[in-house]
Amino acid sequence: MPEIHHDTTEKVSFGFWVYLMTDLIMFAVLFAAFAVLRGNTFGGPSGAQLFSLPFALTETLILLTSSFTCGLAMVFAHRNDKNKVTALFTITSLLGTAFLAMEFTEFHRLILEGNGPQRSAFLSSFFTLVGTHGLHIAVGLLWIIVLIVKIWKTNLTSANIRRLTCLSLFWHFLDLVWIFIFTIVYLMGTI
Amino acid sequence: MSIFFGNLSLSALPHEWFTIGGTVSMILMGLGVAAFLTYTKRWKWLWTEWLTACDPKKIGIMYILVASVMLFRGALDAAMIWLQQSLSVGASHGYLDAGHFQQIFTAHGDIMVFFVTMGFLFGLINLIVPLQIGARDLAFPFLNSLGFWLYLAGAILINLFFVFGGEFAATGWLSLPPLSELAYSPGVGVDYWVWSLQVSGIGTLIGGINFIVTILKMRAPGMTLLKMPMFTWTSLISMILVVCVFPILTVTITLLWLDRYFGMHFFTSSFGGNPMMYVNLIWMWGHPEVYILILPAFGIYSEVVATFSQKKLFGYVSMVIAALLVAGLAVLVWLHHFFTMGAGADVNAFFGITTMFIAIPTGVQIYNWLSTMYRGKITFSQPMHWFLGYVATFTFGGMAGVLMASPAADYQLHNSLFLVAHFHTMVIGGALFGIFAGITYWFPKVTGFKLNERLGKLAFWFWIVGFFVSFVPLYILGFMGATRRLDHYDASLGWQPLFITAGVGLVIISFGVALQVWQIVMSFISRKQNLDITGDPWNGRTLEWSTPSPPPAYNFAIIPTVTDRDAFWEMKQRINTDTETDKHGYTDIHMPKNTGMGIYLAGFVFIFGFAMVWHIVWLAIVSLIGCVVCIIIRSLDDEVEYTLPAAEVEKMEKLKTGYL
Ligand code: HEM
Ligand SMILES: [Cu+2]
Repeated sequence: MPEIHHDTTEKVSFGFWVYLMTDLIMFAVLFAAFAVLRGNTFGGPSGAQLFSLPFALTETLILLTSSFTCGLAMVFAHRNDKNKVTALFTITSLLGTAFLAMEFTEFHRLILEGNGPQRSAFLSSFFTLVGTHGLHIAVGLLWIIVLIVKIWKTNLTSANIRRLTCLSLFWHFLDLVWIFIFTIVYLMGTI
Repeated sequence: MSIFFGNLSLSALPHEWFTIGGTVSMILMGLGVAAFLTYTKRWKWLWTEWLTACDPKKIGIMYILVASVMLFRGALDAAMIWLQQSLSVGASHGYLDAGHFQQIFTAHGDIMVFFVTMGFLFGLINLIVPLQIGARDLAFPFLNSLGFWLYLAGAILINLFFVFGGEFAATGWLSLPPLSELAYSPGVGVDYWVWSLQVSGIGTLIGGINFIVTILKMRAPGMTLLKMPMFTWTSLISMILVVCVFPILTVTITLLWLDRYFGMHFFTSSFGGNPMMYVNLIWMWGHPEVYILILPAFGIYSEVVATFSQKKLFGYVSMVIAALLVAGLAVLVWLHHFFTMGAGADVNAFFGITTMFIAIPTGVQIYNWLSTMYRGKITFSQPMHWFLGYVATFTFGGMAGVLMASPAADYQLHNSLFLVAHFHTMVIGGALFGIFAGITYWFPKVTGFKLNERLGKLAFWFWIVGFFVSFVPLYILGFMGATRRLDHYDASLGWQPLFITAGVGLVIISFGVALQVWQIVMSFISRKQNLDITGDPWNGRTLEWSTPSPPPAYNFAIIPTVTDRDAFWEMKQRINTDTETDKHGYTDIHMPKNTGMGIYLAGFVFIFGFAMVWHIVWLAIVSLIGCVVCIIIRSLDDEVEYTLPAAEVEKMEKLKTGYL
């Protein structure tokens, strides 16, 4: 039934694109909220006082690298090279974990300094925007682990390649969103 | 706050007359259904045939059943509102205090929008769109089932306050801050509002994605975009609006929740929060939502008018363009809901003018329908009655809308009963009448027998008369300065007679509803005489009428090839050339397996919502883990389809022809 499978793949990838667009709109709303509230520090610190650009840049580079390894993994997925696929996705997930750890450190530091999300509307919107992205990354990590196990058990079947394709789209999408976060929140916030 | 029960305590159990009443009636309803199922030994049947079904025809029927029940709830709320407003004048304060009155109109609005109108529309789209495009199924049958169960979970959550908590949001149907913030609404009412809408909204979003993919990827060969039936077109446009704006609703509600649960300051009146941002965001969803409701109804009217005039739809392409324009403009007008915010003359002028523009494509549609009827062989059937009722009400309400689109006038009419009358004219005369037209039109297709015409027409007359008796007084009251949401007013204003007239209108409408119920019961009892044997009772034009009534699970044994816009009509003209079967023969059919996963997953989501309302942390965590596990299991399942062998299909098809 090659025809059927082709059909499913087309529907799933189109459907996943539509889903990503809805997710993009959700992020757009969060960005809009941040843009509206960024100046509302209510006497508290502003972005320029809180953020460290080198730190955010490191996060960006880590995430970009993970996107690269993820893309490479997909190349090998189409060549049916199971070992390389799992290895590269493992690296991707490690990089993702490192990114999350850095984000966690930053949040932790801010909260300890008394600049948690309750401090001002600006900080509410900052934590929510960046935190939502972080939550997506966490979901992505879980997804990578689940799929690695699945591939070990059932090989690179067409159904599994379809799943990996969605996963990689998701991961690249998060990378793209992060670029915007880096630019709008950190770069424009500190300059 | 206890670790085990969160904020839930014995005092949350029902102890007022209306919570006790609500709880008891829900328990009685549940017991009644359970007794019936046990008595007729139908539990297993219910589970295997219905609850686990992934067939959109069955899911559609379930949507419509739930929406009907919710319609009774919403109408009961409306009756309570009007009783209060008729009684509470001068020295008398009616039978409700202000707090309860506020909860009732809030619940009425939310239930009518999210659970009645949306439910009916998703039901009809599920039932008809796959048939109209010549598809056997949806793109993602499981997600469709999940969407329905999330909708039901939301519907239960919005009624659950009767049993636990005894209070619903008293904040108006959109729960605007700062009133909906913790500082002013400390109870669980707003939390029920948050989770009920959040859960059902996500169900809607999933449904939207599903139907977009289905319509764009699964049409029968030959059906190009401009050969799609109008109902499919308007459903597609409506679903595109869903995926564009429901994410906004999801995020907006989430931000309100963050304010309430984590002390954040998005919309608070202090710490730099911005309540007007909420108003902007919620209306960026809210206005398009109105068009999400009305567009499929436009499609239904198009089908009905063409069929019952026995003519091709006039101006098909202009109709499509008009619907697209309506959708495009719909996302550009949200600010007309708060001209009084003080955004300044330029901003107000922009939004006022875009709003007025919407009247143009809408007018085009009305003229197209009337032109379709011109010189047609018109049958004044029940669906046509609803259509004509719609033309009368919608034109009326539309003019009121254009009037309010002028910011200067709106400063007077904002938040008045004039506005309430206007939007009820649109949602009742437009969306609800369209739904009734659709239900009476497609009823034989879905059930296999026709509805009693006489009772249906009688019901229509009660509805339309009741509607005008109800809402014309509200237009007048609005001009007299009556604001909406009044639980009490001064006797010297002289408003009471008008409020009482409005109440009489609702009584008339109730007769209409009773007649509709009676009509279904009577038609069922005498169904043997009304069987729809041909599958094409109205001499229809689109593909759904080419299937038997009710259609087999796979809809089409052989997928039709489409050459023309009114595909089935054209096929009927060319009949007696050799039939499709002879040319192709039957092939294996792949069908989705039934699955209970939609129920399990939505069940966990429901428990999660409940745990969040009551701050029961451990339960929230457990149910969240349950959700994740369900999603993983389902997403890794490779065996989601079964095959119906060609021989089996042939046997089933033969049986059907033999039976006829
Ligand atoms: C069965 C016929 C209906 C009747 C008799 C009715 C009656 C009413 C009444 C009396 C009010 C309160 C007016 C006030 O503020 O003083 C109201 C509010 C409202 N109704 Fe209806 N209604 C009906 C159907 C619907 C439908 C079908 C919808 C939506 C699709 C709807 C949506 C609303 C909304 C959104 C509000 C505003 C609630 C608020 O103020 O927060 N109604 N209705
Ligand atoms: Cu509007």
